[in-house]
Amino acid sequence: MSRHTLAAWLFLTPALLVLAVFSFWPVGFGSYLAFTDYSLIRPTHWVGLDNFRYIFENEMFVTGLRNSVVFLLMVPFVQVGALALAVLVNNQLPGIRLFRAAFYVPVVTTVSVVGIMWGFMFHEQGALNYVLLLFRLVDAPVGWLSHDGIALFAIMFVTMWRGLGWYMVMYLAALQAVPADMQEAAILDGANRWQRFWKITVPMLRPTIAVCTILSVLAALKAYQEVDVLTQGGPMNSTFTALYYAYDQGLKHLKLPRALAASFIVSLLCIGIALLCLRWLKPKHR
Amino acid sequence: MKKLAHYLVLCAIALLCVFPFWWTLVTAVSTEGNVFAFPPTFWPKAPSLDNFAEVFRVIPLLTFFRNSVFIAACTVLWKLVLCSMAAYPLARMRFRGRKLVFGLILATLVLPSEVNFLVNFITVTKLSLVDTYTGVILPNVVTAVAILLLKQAFEEVPQDLIDAARVDGASEWTIFTRIMLPLIAPWLATVGILTAVEAWNEYIWPSIVMSKPDEFPLSVGVLYLRGTFGSSTRVIAAGTILTILPTLAAFLFAQRFFMRGMDGAVK
Repeated sequence: MSRHTLAAWLFLTPALLVLAVFSFWPVGFGSYLAFTDYSLIRPTHWVGLDNFRYIFENEMFVTGLRNSVVFLLMVPFVQVGALALAVLVNNQLPGIRLFRAAFYVPVVTTVSVVGIMWGFMFHEQGALNYVLLLFRLVDAPVGWLSHDGIALFAIMFVTMWRGLGWYMVMYLAALQAVPADMQEAAILDGANRWQRFWKITVPMLRPTIAVCTILSVLAALKAYQEVDVLTQGGPMNSTFTALYYAYDQGLKHLKLPRALAASFIVSLLCIGIALLCLRWLKPKHR
Repeated sequence: MKKLAHYLVLCAIALLCVFPFWWTLVTAVSTEGNVFAFPPTFWPKAPSLDNFAEVFRVIPLLTFFRNSVFIAACTVLWKLVLCSMAAYPLARMRFRGRKLVFGLILATLVLPSEVNFLVNFITVTKLSLVDTYTGVILPNVVTAVAILLLKQAFEEVPQDLIDAARVDGASEWTIFTRIMLPLIAPWLATVGILTAVEAWNEYIWPSIVMSKPDEFPLSVGVLYLRGTFGSSTRVIAAGTILTILPTLAAFLFAQRFFMRGMDGAVK
């Protein structure tokens, strides 16, 4: 054992211990418990796929899973929006830093406050309906959070509102790493703005687009905090997401095995989609 | 002309981002009506701080505030200590198992951590950490992102400095605390600020671990306002503003840390 080995492990041990207890253990133990009838008071028995059978026969989980898939619709909007925003603020106009800050403020706001503010905004007599009525875009106030066909989309919008600035910063950093001389060479060759964007900028941003898209897909599948602070799954269970079902079952109703089975499914979905995205988005060989 | 259009688009989006904050603020300083007055007020008439006083009078806001400060400070401190300790050998030492450890840490980036909270709740219960700040803080003090950032920072330190210290007979611990840590101070600040805001804003986990209202952090306590005041949205709005202010101040103060590379890259 080299002099380094002992020192290195001593340095690493505290962090690894925390990771082991709160990151690795929950994945392993949680996957196991999803196949049992675990409760805090009885001895545990292996029940095979019972929990999975239960949740898939349960309307709330199936709705949640479907809603989680619907949530993926926001991914292209967030990504295209964030990239466009990054392009818009990637210049030296006066006051541009103020705009960057404004776009980032929602990112650093706690979800509970976001829930309260957007609860106000979405209220039937809230600012949103007022503006829409003012410009005659709707005839009657819309029940953004109280109509079961709309509430989920309202939540998706809030998630987008919160996420846009974060992805904008990622794209901005990547944009600024695009070498200026490539752009200059293209200008000399007579390429217009649009051509330069598609032929130079987008290919250069490919790795960032890949990473951001994956993160955004995973975030959409794992959405549940916004649901908790805005609608708590209602109206008529229309805003249950798969992970919110897990949260609701596990911590509000203390049905941990069912909750773990649900989160097991979400995990599988996340890992599967992450792998798929990685394959699709891997830089092509040139 | 083109510039004007550019600014108009920027203003429209900025309005969408900032408007909910503005409207909440206007409601918070209003003395009559509430959020649901029709037509809503978008500019304060006869502003006053009465609603803020009302919040302080009815809700232990200062206690929530103190709890949040405590949680954020401890999370930052422990994260900087543990993650920099973990990052140092990964960056600068050759030892058996290095690749494996690094792989495991990377794996936590891919694993969906949001699904961990159920088992973590069991763990925290078994360790008798329910209703303790340790229970709130501990699961958050080691993150792969922090380790990766600090590892990057350590890799930029010139090898000569380390070699010189080793020749002088300095122990690894001395090298780490006396040479490495001071040199990566800007990175420690970056990770620290990001962590502080994250910890300050964390909502689900503290609401799971904590059950006594006196121990709530601000992010959880602010929802308590909604239950207590029901329809008095002016007071709720005031409480909301009070919750945001510290984060907003920290953010504006440390803007360049949040958007690292955004200004520097145009050289």
